[in-house]
Amino acid sequence: MEIPVLKQNNYLIASIQAALCDGDLIALREKLVNLVTKNRSSGVILDVSGLDVMDSFSARIMRDITHMIRLRGSRSVIVGIQPAVAFSMVQLGLTLHGVPTALDLEEGLAYLDSGPAPPP
Amino acid sequence: MTMKRTAQRRVAADIATGPAGVKPHHADVLRELVAHLRDNRDSLCEEWMRRINSAQFLASMSVEEIQAECWSVYDNYLGTLETGSLEALESYAHDLSERIIPRSVETQEVVGIVLLLRDVLARSLFSEYRQDENTLTRILDAYEPAANRIANTVAVGFVEERERIIRHQQEAIGELSTPVLPVRKRLLILPIVGIIDPQRAHQLTEQLLHGIRNNRAKVVVMDLTGVPEVDAAVANHLVQTVEAARLVGADVIVTGVAPEIAQTLVTIGVDLGKMRTIGDLQGGIEEAERLLGYMVTPIDQSTK
Repeated sequence: MEIPVLKQNNYLIASIQAALCDGDLIALREKLVNLVTKNRSSGVILDVSGLDVMDSFSARIMRDITHMIRLRGSRSVIVGIQPAVAFSMVQLGLTLHGVPTALDLEEGLAYLDSGPAPPP
Repeated sequence: MTMKRTAQRRVAADIATGPAGVKPHHADVLRELVAHLRDNRDSLCEEWMRRINSAQFLASMSVEEIQAECWSVYDNYLGTLETGSLEALESYAHDLSERIIPRSVETQEVVGIVLLLRDVLARSLFSEYRQDENTLTRILDAYEPAANRIANTVAVGFVEERERIIRHQQEAIGELSTPVLPVRKRLLILPIVGIIDPQRAHQLTEQLLHGIRNNRAKVVVMDLTGVPEVDAAVANHLVQTVEAARLVGADVIVTGVAPEIAQTLVTIGVDLGKMRTIGDLQGGIEEAERLLGYMVTPIDQSTK
């Protein structure tokens, strides 16, 4: 299943609404990393509010996407991690260290609006 | 439990009526002994209370209270002996327990008191009928199982009532123990008071993460001032909670970490880069306000 990526002004929004297979995640990674330069986007939002499971592979891809986008000179934020998902991720040691997170889409947009400089 | 109860009642019914044909006079005997005990109600009750006193039971209750309870227990006891129906006694035992448990009456006292009554009554029957050995045997045959059954019912009723109260209080504590309080828009405070056991730690995490979502919080101040110490497992759980809160999208500021908790956190090797700690709740709230862009200034009297 291909993930739609929406363009909103300077930002790209990818909304994951169902559990994805590994191939879909890798495809999403390629797509976002390419689109962010093509559209000269200043920020990317990954909305995972539809996910009720996050395994180690998905967590790694999320982290990779964030880091790759940072290397491409843009910023990203993961939004909408469900409470139960968050706690089981932490218990599995998938703390997404160094990856910005926000409550929901609105918060994510506010975060991207808040400062142009990518975090160190 | 229910099966056991039903069995108890059946035995009680057997005591009252007797297996048909085996002891034709069973009910008559019971009626006779109840009549005797009722005639001597005053003196037997006095004797019973005297024994309760000398055993130093019910120290927390006044003499008048003990007297009133004794009369009513005595009447219920006789009523149950007479009818053999334990149901009325069960509900009476629950009522009584509800009244005396707040007075810190212990299980051993209740059991002891009921057994004292049984002994007092048995002795009275013994001295009344000792002339006639046959009658005495029949009377005691009827009395003993019934009396034991009553003692059992009262003790079980008391313990059940106590367990019910404990369960009830546990639920109440569970609901009260982890309030998540919104103090400003997007700012939550989670004051934790008392010992945190693993079950409570789990509940705390759940309440916090859902509180963040429901209040759309951006900053949470977790105040541990009221927590004397935590073990390694719970400390680890707290750290995990802080990280999970970050994943959901809120920053957690931990305040009021006692020296013992700090020691535990260092011992389990927590990554301090992930945890923002501030000395006291006031400092924590000030830091949270700074993060959220609030500025609290005193009202200038002159401009008012």
